[in-house]
Amino acid sequence: MLSRVASHIYWLGRYLERAENYARFIDVNFNLMQDLPMDLKEQWGPLVAATGDLELYRKKYTGFERHQVMFFLTFDTDNPNSMLNAVKNSRENARIIRENLSKETWEKVNELYYMMQTGLEKKVWKREDPRQFYEQVKNQILLLYGLADSTVARTEGWYFRQLGQLLERADKTSRILDVKYHILLPSVYEVGSPMDFLHWMALLKSVTGFNTYRRLYGNIDPSGVVEFMVLNKYFPRSIYYCIKEAERCLHCISGTPTDGFKNSVEKAMGEMRSRMEYSDVDDIISEGLHEYLDKTQLKINHISDLIDITYFRIKENTVTQSQSQS
Amino acid sequence: MKTEGYSCNEHYDEMFTEEGKVRWHYEEFNSFLSKVTSKKMKQLQEAANRTQKAMGMTFNVYHDNQGLEKILHLDIIPRIIANAEWRKLEAGLKQRIHALNLFLQDVYNEQKILKDGIVPAELILGSKDYLKPCMGLTPPKGIWCHITGTDLVKNRDGEYYILEDNLRCPSGVSYMLESREIIKRAYPQLFNDEGVMPVSDYPTKLLKMLQFLSDKSKPVVGVLTPGIYNSAYFEHSYLALQMGVELVNGVDLIVKDKIAYMQTTKGLQQIDVIYRRIDDSFLDPLTFNPHSMLGVPGIFEAYKAGNVAFANAPGTGVADDKAVYAYVPRIIKYYLDEEPILNNVPTYLCREESDRKYVLDHIDELVVKETNAAGGYGMLIGPKSTKEEHEKFRALIKGNPTNYIAQPTLSLSTVPCLTDEGISGRHVDLRPYVLYGDEIEVIPGALTRVALKKGSLVVNSSQGGGSKDTWVLYN
Repeated sequence: MLSRVASHIYWLGRYLERAENYARFIDVNFNLMQDLPMDLKEQWGPLVAATGDLELYRKKYTGFERHQVMFFLTFDTDNPNSMLNAVKNSRENARIIRENLSKETWEKVNELYYMMQTGLEKKVWKREDPRQFYEQVKNQILLLYGLADSTVARTEGWYFRQLGQLLERADKTSRILDVKYHILLPSVYEVGSPMDFLHWMALLKSVTGFNTYRRLYGNIDPSGVVEFMVLNKYFPRSIYYCIKEAERCLHCISGTPTDGFKNSVEKAMGEMRSRMEYSDVDDIISEGLHEYLDKTQLKINHISDLIDITYFRIKENTVTQSQSQS
Repeated sequence: MKTEGYSCNEHYDEMFTEEGKVRWHYEEFNSFLSKVTSKKMKQLQEAANRTQKAMGMTFNVYHDNQGLEKILHLDIIPRIIANAEWRKLEAGLKQRIHALNLFLQDVYNEQKILKDGIVPAELILGSKDYLKPCMGLTPPKGIWCHITGTDLVKNRDGEYYILEDNLRCPSGVSYMLESREIIKRAYPQLFNDEGVMPVSDYPTKLLKMLQFLSDKSKPVVGVLTPGIYNSAYFEHSYLALQMGVELVNGVDLIVKDKIAYMQTTKGLQQIDVIYRRIDDSFLDPLTFNPHSMLGVPGIFEAYKAGNVAFANAPGTGVADDKAVYAYVPRIIKYYLDEEPILNNVPTYLCREESDRKYVLDHIDELVVKETNAAGGYGMLIGPKSTKEEHEKFRALIKGNPTNYIAQPTLSLSTVPCLTDEGISGRHVDLRPYVLYGDEIEVIPGALTRVALKKGSLVVNSSQGGGSKDTWVLYN
């Protein structure tokens, strides 16, 4: 597979996952805010903080009014990570490698793009209840995954897209969890209060993990939720699961067994996976959840850089220009 | 849906005779039309529009800041061509491509036709499209123009006339293929009743032709595109997808020891045949335009060494120049000793004094074209232009006569189209596609371009043209 094509497939995977996660963030926060007691104001700031674009947001806006935040996260083209930009980028990546995608896949990506455009034209962020829009976008992306799952050959391209999707998902799960750190509760609603409980529940719902969690852990308590979202071995949105699967993709690409490594990215990924495999939730809590998640995000970025160096970087053409004829 | 009140004016209409009678090859369609409501036709049109948008059948327009992508309007009413008429066209195109290929081989090698004075040597050797690095070169299997998209129009007399030979990188074939798929959905039954020849095997034929250029049993083929901002990017990726080959950019290729490679995740992989959709001059910055960012340094050397084949071969541009066009009937006669089957439009060469005088005196009756421009740019349609525009072109011609030719204004035939005012005639041209591999083959279908504006003769997609599906009948 062409290095350039592999890179576009990888980023297609990442951007689609990003757009889907943003739709989840917003949907869940919206739900959560409906449950807030009357004396608490809606909190949309933590969502911006969790995406890592707080600085950018502050440059453009004052206050964290709902419509404003929703616009910033969904449609603002100045925000490089907004859903609209993520969808635009996935479509652009798909368009570049269209010959590598099935016709249906391309058409669904294209539809997704027009869906976002329509949302923009109809100003959905101003609606009283915009959830239907986010639901629709999320479904369209899930449809794409379903299509890929049942039509794409399990060759290099598949693994590069999976790799992008899984790394993005790991990053986003860590950010969703980090929202908890940013939400400020006034003293009456402190840790362990019903309000606190509602927050944890919302986090689980945002990764469609609420019911699974209930079944596996029963009671909702912070360390349980953290363990579930970071270290669980079976839940497909937990950070560990994503990293383990991403590692498998890397080995499918290089065609080497999963014990040991062949290149720097396999080494870094293997290290990260085994670290997680042999930690428990107490290790995370004692390090500090926010600090731990921060480090996780940095590691994922580093791995993404190594993928770029190992597989995507194109060599300069070696024939020198000085040969140019008269 | 009613066709009464349909007016042909003084043009040749392909569905109706001057007396308003339906031509026989349109009878089947006419009886379909008489049974459907205009509302139904509108619905079919809207469904087609939606499909096009969903497919992302877009092209990019140069000089247009209104966003990059546009959709080429596809009119729902097909253009139908009877089999006998097509057979003649087919024979004529084969003859013409055969002769032009011999011409190209000759002018880059022995130059007999120039020495015999049939075509002026300075017209060829002085052309900016004559590529000196190709001199003495015979491309793989001796084929220069592998893919041709000849432009023709039907004049008042009901005869086809060649407008342009398009031997470089003719585009539009993806529209022929995708339009057919859309139109098939609109008239599922009619396709069976009419007996329409298929075009869907074009990508298979194209791939077979490209593979034929290499002696390897399983050659690696790629489509070379200038990239996503090129107006025909949709087509490049479409053809690569349909053929199941890589779509490469210049940066994906690298040349080492006169062998061309693709840069893949598994290292370098040799590429044997390149269907290149970038202009000659951008192919290789070492041989041609040194500023080209699209090409591949050293690839021309690999081509000369026979390690990679190009379709079309570099250098074909010299034979589809609008000035050389005038000599094509003589070129056919010279190499094949046959009379041309298809008509040329009488052409005045401004480089020749007597012709130039005629053009300057009759500019209001003529179409003036730049010899090296494509896509309807740098063109004057005399009868439809103002006095100021006439003056402007007179000055341009006097300043650089070799750069201009002129032709009498042809009356392009009309075909019924679905418009806001009902069914109404619009002018069309015809671009069939010809493949030259182990034999010359004309694909039974074409891109029909439509001038959507009433009375307009400009069919270029970049200037408000649309398209139609073209049906070649089995009968």
